[in-house]
Amino acid sequence: MSREKRINFATVWLSGCSGCHMSFLDQDELLIDLSQKINLVYSPLTDVKVFPDDVDVTIVEGAIGNVEQMELLKKVRERTKILIAIGDCAITGNVPAMRNIINNSPEEVLKRAYVETADKNPIIPTEVPKLLRRVLPLNEVIKVDYYIPGCPPPASLINYVLTEVLAGRTPVMEGKAKYG
Amino acid sequence: MSGTGVVKLKIDGVEVTANEGETILSAAKRAGIKIPALCYLDGLSSYGGCRLCIVEVKGSPRLFPACTTPVSNGMEVTTDSPKLRKYRKMTIELLLSEKPHICAICIANGNCELQDLAREFGVDHLRVEREWKSQKIDLSHSFLVLDNNRCILCTRCLRVCDEIEGVHALDIKMRGKDSQIIIDIDDDWGSSISCTSCRKCARVCPVGAIYVRDEPISRTKNKDIAQFILLRRRR
Repeated sequence: MSREKRINFATVWLSGCSGCHMSFLDQDELLIDLSQKINLVYSPLTDVKVFPDDVDVTIVEGAIGNVEQMELLKKVRERTKILIAIGDCAITGNVPAMRNIINNSPEEVLKRAYVETADKNPIIPTEVPKLLRRVLPLNEVIKVDYYIPGCPPPASLINYVLTEVLAGRTPVMEGKAKYG
Repeated sequence: MSGTGVVKLKIDGVEVTANEGETILSAAKRAGIKIPALCYLDGLSSYGGCRLCIVEVKGSPRLFPACTTPVSNGMEVTTDSPKLRKYRKMTIELLLSEKPHICAICIANGNCELQDLAREFGVDHLRVEREWKSQKIDLSHSFLVLDNNRCILCTRCLRVCDEIEGVHALDIKMRGKDSQIIIDIDDDWGSSISCTSCRKCARVCPVGAIYVRDEPISRTKNKDIAQFILLRRRR
């Protein structure tokens, strides 16, 4: 396939463990086929600093936990035609959202994590982005076009959804989508 | 079933003979037609709580829970349709959003009836905002754990305790979405005077709300236990 016909593809990593990106890489030799169809324009796997304009497909891993991620996600949505939420954190909040049961207050969360449960040097960090009151799944903030659940989603499911989406079809998730 | 007469009905176009008083679910099961259900369990009374076994009955705009609706002569039942799938999917989403279900850290991950149904019905995200409230985890028993944060209130545990073990050590407090499984009169499980520690509650729990500490849940769970005990007793 000629380079002109490739689509602009991006991956984004928010509040998640990067396991979904690992699972993405676990597509192994299928990545070679995929690489013939895409230009990787933004990703934690590259060194691009600014999310570019005119992205065709973006996969987003992780929930939204702080103001910086919120800003980035909104930018990603504006500049992307098809946005795919990948993994339970992006879809339900999952483990990062467990802090939501602590009084729904970021100050309480920081106190719990850095003071109450600290063995040494109990100090609340100040140089990190401001936490949101609650950790949110993507679809509570922006429009999400497709979802790939799992913790992490199996590489085969990621490949299935990407193949269908790149071919302009709608993936059928019945019997395939498993949380956890 | 104790019905005296025999009725004929159609389930998914298949002619089925059933005893009067028998439920649609029971008749369908005998005909080899599987209807999804979370609260229903062979060997226990029907509760009609989870609403996953809803079916369509010709001539009525309402949907009927198959586990509590008795068969009648000439009834025409549909157990699978786009409409039913739509409502079942919605029900699963509501069950998942009501508590902080996090499959990734749950002991029942991979051995969970709710998770399996979510997969079957393609629940790949939740269309409603999640409740993030935390309920107490009872760790006072020497090996049984009760985590209401994972409970879907199917009441299988309290029915098996009451109807099979004959103890009724478990019950429910509060109402609606605030409902919680309790031991005795909301005591710590470890100090319960009625619990016999028989584990049947853990065996029938469809999710990971009651489990045996330090035991793989695949070994604990046994959906057939109630029916098995009943059959043994009748011998």
